[in-house]
Amino acid sequence: MIEVEGLTVRYGGVTSLDAMSLVFEQGTCGLIGPNGAGKTTFFNVLSGFVRPAAGTVKAFGVDLLSMAHFRRARWGVRRTFQTEQAIEELSVFDNVAMVHEHSRLGGASRRQDVLDAIAFTGIDAAPEARVRTLGAGQRRLVEVARAVVGRPRLVLLDEPAAGLPDEETSHLADVIRRIPEHTGALAILVDHDMSLVSACCATTAVLDFGKLIASGPTAAVLRDDDVIRAYLGVA
Amino acid sequence: MRATLERASLKAAGRGQNRPRLAKAAITAVLLAFVLLGMPQLISLYYVDTMTQVAVYSMVTVALGVLVGRVGLAIGAWAAARLLFATTQPYPVILLEAGLITMVAGTAIGLPALRLRGLYLALITLMLAGAITVVLATVNFPNGGHGFTGYNGGLLHIPPIRRPSIAASDPAYFRYAVIVAMVMFALVLAHIKTRPGRAWAAIRQSEPAALAAGINTWLYKLWAFALASFITGVAGGVLAGSVHYLYSIDFPTQDSITLLAVVLMGGAYSLWGAVVAALLYQFLPSLLNNWGVSADWLVILFGLGVLQVLTTAPAGLADQVPRDLARLGRFLRGRLIKRRSTA
Repeated sequence: MIEVEGLTVRYGGVTSLDAMSLVFEQGTCGLIGPNGAGKTTFFNVLSGFVRPAAGTVKAFGVDLLSMAHFRRARWGVRRTFQTEQAIEELSVFDNVAMVHEHSRLGGASRRQDVLDAIAFTGIDAAPEARVRTLGAGQRRLVEVARAVVGRPRLVLLDEPAAGLPDEETSHLADVIRRIPEHTGALAILVDHDMSLVSACCATTAVLDFGKLIASGPTAAVLRDDDVIRAYLGVA
Repeated sequence: MRATLERASLKAAGRGQNRPRLAKAAITAVLLAFVLLGMPQLISLYYVDTMTQVAVYSMVTVALGVLVGRVGLAIGAWAAARLLFATTQPYPVILLEAGLITMVAGTAIGLPALRLRGLYLALITLMLAGAITVVLATVNFPNGGHGFTGYNGGLLHIPPIRRPSIAASDPAYFRYAVIVAMVMFALVLAHIKTRPGRAWAAIRQSEPAALAAGINTWLYKLWAFALASFITGVAGGVLAGSVHYLYSIDFPTQDSITLLAVVLMGGAYSLWGAVVAALLYQFLPSLLNNWGVSADWLVILFGLGVLQVLTTAPAGLADQVPRDLARLGRFLRGRLIKRRSTA
């Protein structure tokens, strides 16, 4: 469970997150909102790339904000990036192993854990294949495999389906849906593709201009008047 | 059943990938055997000397691939010369000490540079190269004198820097230098094929991705500085024995820029690239000199070479030449088959 309390982030005069308070219970939760709403900023706060001006984040009872950024990954915060960041020079296996060897898990189960994560995401390439030889969809899956290997506690997915064709998106949706059950982690999905969010997330929260404007069961949230207004700009 | 099939296909894929790897290892082994056993017999002493410098500079270029280069070489050569004059320790011990001293110095210099990257890091490196030239001009290399610097300007008979007793002659010292270079290459290989290599690859491409993978980027950058400094320090030690006499004018600042150019041309992130870079840096000038061609042509050649590599082959000649040769082979084979079928 992630408890966010009064989280505020400012970049100069811009308030990117404005006293955001929210609880993510379990499973896969959606986080949506128009461009610039503060979704990625929220992920960056959780990863430790951005220091908030105020507020607290408790992840499974642990004060996340007091941890150094690279230690958060070791503790179990994993993420993918809006612009995919699979390491081109390394093989699929090494990309995933890299996360495992910096986690709190020992080396004994490494090979098996890495192969399990690769199999779980259904990457259609040999583990020895270099990432630079893979297509966009496969590289996204490498990032997801990195996020689920070993024992993650919190998996943050930042627009994982951006730019992917429908077929690959539906495969990705299937993978994302199975993350909590497979890893026991809480997953948060940020995406603009509402069908993907509906397919993966039981609950969804909506941000607009850094403020939380709605949260609850996904179907109800997507029908919410405030949400429709934020997205379509209806007066 | 499906899992077994998957595993079988995985293994098959692994075997398929292993074949070129084995071929590469075999070629490397044959080449090394030739360099160590055959080459010193076949070439003149002039080129034995040149190839010793190639071995020394291949260590510097491989370290430059990891990070910084020539400053470490000068520090290493200085430390080794000082220790060689002051003690009777065996040569390998001196090399190790020169490496460690340079590692400490390089890491200390590296600490403030850790916050920089890209162009700024390159600028700092070149500035340091300039600074070390000034320091060397003041302190001078040890020449058998006393005191901390070991330099005595009034010395009439300067004793040569000693070599290991098993490698007193030029061909023997060449073999010694190649073996030390091989050990250093093995050290780099042991790094890049394992945990630090993966971490460095991640940091090079994307620091946020590295941090998100739990990599302590600060520590791994420092580690790279330490390793690069250690290797160039050892290279400096080998250089000291190779030339017998060290002078600060042999370390001009512009050499750092040339070194950077040849590393780019050879291929910054590959071990073969380091060898190609060292050949360009030491062998090519010797060759031109032997042919009576002015060394000024090299400046033009390296300038054009860097442009060529940056526009057509960012991974350097070590990547481009084999790839283009394979392409040429395919093209010629295609032409041959076509001609046969029309005939």
